[in-house]
Amino acid sequence: MIKLDHVSLKYPGSKTLALNDVNFEIADGEFVFIVGASGSGKTSMLKLLLKELDPTSGKVKVADYDYSKLKRRNIPKVRRKLGVVFQNFRLLKDRTVYENVAFAQRVIETPGRYIRRQVPAMLTLVGLADKYKSYPRQLSGGEQQRVALARALVNKPEILLADEPTGNLDPKNSWEIMRLLEDVNKKGTTVVVVTHNKEIVNMMRKRVITLKKGEIISDEAKGGYIDED
Amino acid sequence: MRISSYFYSIRQGLKNIRRNLLFSLASIGTIVSCLFLFGVFYCVIVNFRTAVSDLENTVTISVFFDEGIEDSNINLIGEQIRMREEVKTVDYISADQAWERYAKERYEDDYEAAMASFAGDNPLKNSASFEITLKDLSAQSEFIRFLKGLHGVRKVSTSEITADGIVALNSVVSYASIGIIVILLLVSVFLISNTITIGITVRKEEIGIMKLIGATNFFVRAPFIVEGVVIGLIGSLLPLIIVYYMYDNIVKYIIGRYAVVSKLFAFVPIGDIFVVLIPVSAAIGIGLGLIGSIITTRKHLKV
Repeated sequence: MIKLDHVSLKYPGSKTLALNDVNFEIADGEFVFIVGASGSGKTSMLKLLLKELDPTSGKVKVADYDYSKLKRRNIPKVRRKLGVVFQNFRLLKDRTVYENVAFAQRVIETPGRYIRRQVPAMLTLVGLADKYKSYPRQLSGGEQQRVALARALVNKPEILLADEPTGNLDPKNSWEIMRLLEDVNKKGTTVVVVTHNKEIVNMMRKRVITLKKGEIISDEAKGGYIDED
Repeated sequence: MRISSYFYSIRQGLKNIRRNLLFSLASIGTIVSCLFLFGVFYCVIVNFRTAVSDLENTVTISVFFDEGIEDSNINLIGEQIRMREEVKTVDYISADQAWERYAKERYEDDYEAAMASFAGDNPLKNSASFEITLKDLSAQSEFIRFLKGLHGVRKVSTSEITADGIVALNSVVSYASIGIIVILLLVSVFLISNTITIGITVRKEEIGIMKLIGATNFFVRAPFIVEGVVIGLIGSLLPLIIVYYMYDNIVKYIIGRYAVVSKLFAFVPIGDIFVVLIPVSAAIGIGLGLIGSIITTRKHLKV
């Protein structure tokens, strides 16, 4: 579950609010798009969910953790319930596909015998079983994003956060990634996709939260992409 | 942390050193020079102190008594001297012993003849004395004041100038070397910190991802702390080896070349020096690595 309760955010030195009194709730198992032009506050919101930033006022609750009461040393605990995918993939360039996915498990100290079992299974799921020895630079953008997705999913997160996951991909690869996200969602993971890909948002008919200048201007159950003008 | 995580941190730490080889070598280099100097100073100081304490044993204070003093009064003075804490040894030299010693020095081989010619008439009959050595030369002046105040004491003879010189030289050498070593230690911490900062910068992306995935602070920091400790450890072992061979060869060279030195002065055996130098150097090296890496990771790796 994700809940933002009257959340406002102001960056130090800035005069305007990056987020202004934002309220919404995302239930377990939902698939939600967060859309808006650049500067609308999408990325700030994602940073709040990951507790990279703290709100100026209001409350953020993710996976039963109230961030305002969360102790520093417990931050890793929350993050282990979240999987994240980025627009620019953020893979480790000096490691193979296998190592990139295994890295996510090593970091949270998963025993080696689980790593050896779960990493190949995850690579099969995203369709990259035969490329486990490749390095990121040897892969296409779509393949790299699938590695990033495998890395985000291998720790079985409750919530998957995707920041412009199709931003660097052509339409064919974009759809492949969206199909994978939908599969993951069907298996019970909550999926939150931040995007400005109009075509995808309009085709998938999921819940859409639209942000404009830090405020929610629309929140529809089977919404479409609202043009700025 | 799990055991496999410790191994992972150690592997990553060693990898950091290899990736940043040039800077790692620079850090190791400073620690080596720092601990090398420390080792050399330590060898010099230990030998110097041994020499000083040998000398301290030869710097004696002689106490002479009033003419015609009773033996019981001499015993009383002896008791009072022995009760003082700063006193190391007290020897009673009777007038006859004093005369024999003087004759030996003055007439060398003919001393028996000389003594025979004075038979029954000791020219030094008023020169019975206590010869005293002190534990610590710096207490000498105070102690002499005490002796002069004792009833029945005629004269106290000392070599105070020598004693003051030794005490002063001893502390100048100690303070100067401590100063130089402290400066070198600070330079080492600074360089280790720089090396680790570079390691962190190079791995910024990886660290960012680790944190978002939910790595604990300790897990993120551990490889860098391993890096610092390994740099410190290597930096402490090398100078130990160098100092060991240097000391051995220099001592052999001096004794071989200037045989007279070995009569005046005994070098401290290398084993005695290294019993202290190995643990202290290793502790300083590892300590520098720990301090350098902990302050750096604290500064740069806030979650």
